Amino acid sequence: MTADVLVIGAGPAGLRSAAGIAAKGYKTLLLEKSDTLGGHLTKWDRLFPNQTKAEELVSDLIDQLGETLILNNSVAVSIKRDKMGWFTTKLLSGEVVESKSVVIATGFRVFDATRKEEYGYGIFEGVITNVDLESYFKGGKFGSINNINPSKIGFVHCVGSRDDKVGNPNCSKVCCVSAVKQAIELKEIFPDAEVYCFYMDLRMFGRGFEQIYLDAQSKYGVRFIRGRVSEVSQNSSRVLVVKAEDTLSSRPIKISLDILVLMSGIVPCDENKILLNNSGISISDDGFMMPADSFLNTNRSNIDGIFAAGCIKGPKTVPEVLNEADSVVNHVDRFLRKAL
Amino acid sequence: MSKFGFEIAKDLRRDLDCSDTLLFSYVKSRQPDILKCIGCGSCSATCPASVYKQTSFRRSILMLERGEVKELKSLIEGCMLCGKCNIVCPRGINTRDIILTINELFIENKL
Repeated sequence: MTADVLVIGAGPAGLRSAAGIAAKGYKTLLLEKSDTLGGHLTKWDRLFPNQTKAEELVSDLIDQLGETLILNNSVAVSIKRDKMGWFTTKLLSGEVVESKSVVIATGFRVFDATRKEEYGYGIFEGVITNVDLESYFKGGKFGSINNINPSKIGFVHCVGSRDDKVGNPNCSKVCCVSAVKQAIELKEIFPDAEVYCFYMDLRMFGRGFEQIYLDAQSKYGVRFIRGRVSEVSQNSSRVLVVKAEDTLSSRPIKISLDILVLMSGIVPCDENKILLNNSGISISDDGFMMPADSFLNTNRSNIDGIFAAGCIKGPKTVPEVLNEADSVVNHVDRFLRKAL
Repeated sequence: MSKFGFEIAKDLRRDLDCSDTLLFSYVKSRQPDILKCIGCGSCSATCPASVYKQTSFRRSILMLERGEVKELKSLIEGCMLCGKCNIVCPRGINTRDIILTINELFIENKL
């Protein structure tokens, strides 16, 4: 197969990049490993800060794809440049795609919460993840929430983030505000439930995020406890018993909860590492892709003609990802004009 | 006191399932500002009484939320109502009103 530009990954970064490149008249091929478009967004119900429906955003992005050709269920394993300057991308199926430029937008993986065994995910029914909670919001159904009708709910921030022991030293950036958003959404469904957030720092970095936090406190009565949950167990009536330190008063606390939501973070994807290693693209110590430069060339790889957008380079919000994709479109355009 | 040369240590852990939040709910209904605290400690840092006594507004809000009435009392006792905490609070919490409300409750309920 031949195209002007190959875009790998059809999450928000890939969709937006492909749409922009196709709109400039280049023959664009969009590769996606699953059978759907939208990436992690397809698992999400509403997005912070203004509760936009993720589904609507995905369908808007798909509508803009124009002439882009889509190849589902395809995984890229290596990119090599030939003497003529063409990139040859090998797929897992054995097929080969030839293109003049490549955009990598293969994103991230959600941290596997079973690795933090002390939190009991996969062991206790009441322990769920942020992804599970979104699927509940999306479908109105999720086993443990429907069965329990919770009166006490907890959120654990930084699960698999800022955690050297699981190999992820980074802050996942979006979980703080996601947790507060989800806490509010649960309060809307269960107004009488007590909702607690166990945090270490609340990193409300974006515009409007602090307001979400203030609303959670004063309008919804969500209660914030500074301290990382250390262990979760279950009592004889199958209620979760959670231990943490209330670090603001330097005392250990114990609380029983019906539902505990683990805010699983953003970690690098193993498939990314295979693709990047096979293609000679630099990876940072933290497992995310290393851009050509941290300031001036954040959306280029160390190989001229290969660009990258989105969370392959670390945790980002959706608008940030879309902006990067727009920037990549310009990079690709400039590169191709020079090459032609 | 003990016959055996040892005594049972006090349980220092807070059990949030059994915390007495009645006072907190009352203060919350009178002055919902109390929910806005981000625990930054500006109030306690600037408090002239905190240099000599246990006085801490930040901690008193926390103790109210945790239902620790006894500890709460010692935390606001030294307050001279100077209002410096009110000036420095980044969330604009009406600290003096909250202290006066708590004080009123203490007097009314003979706590």
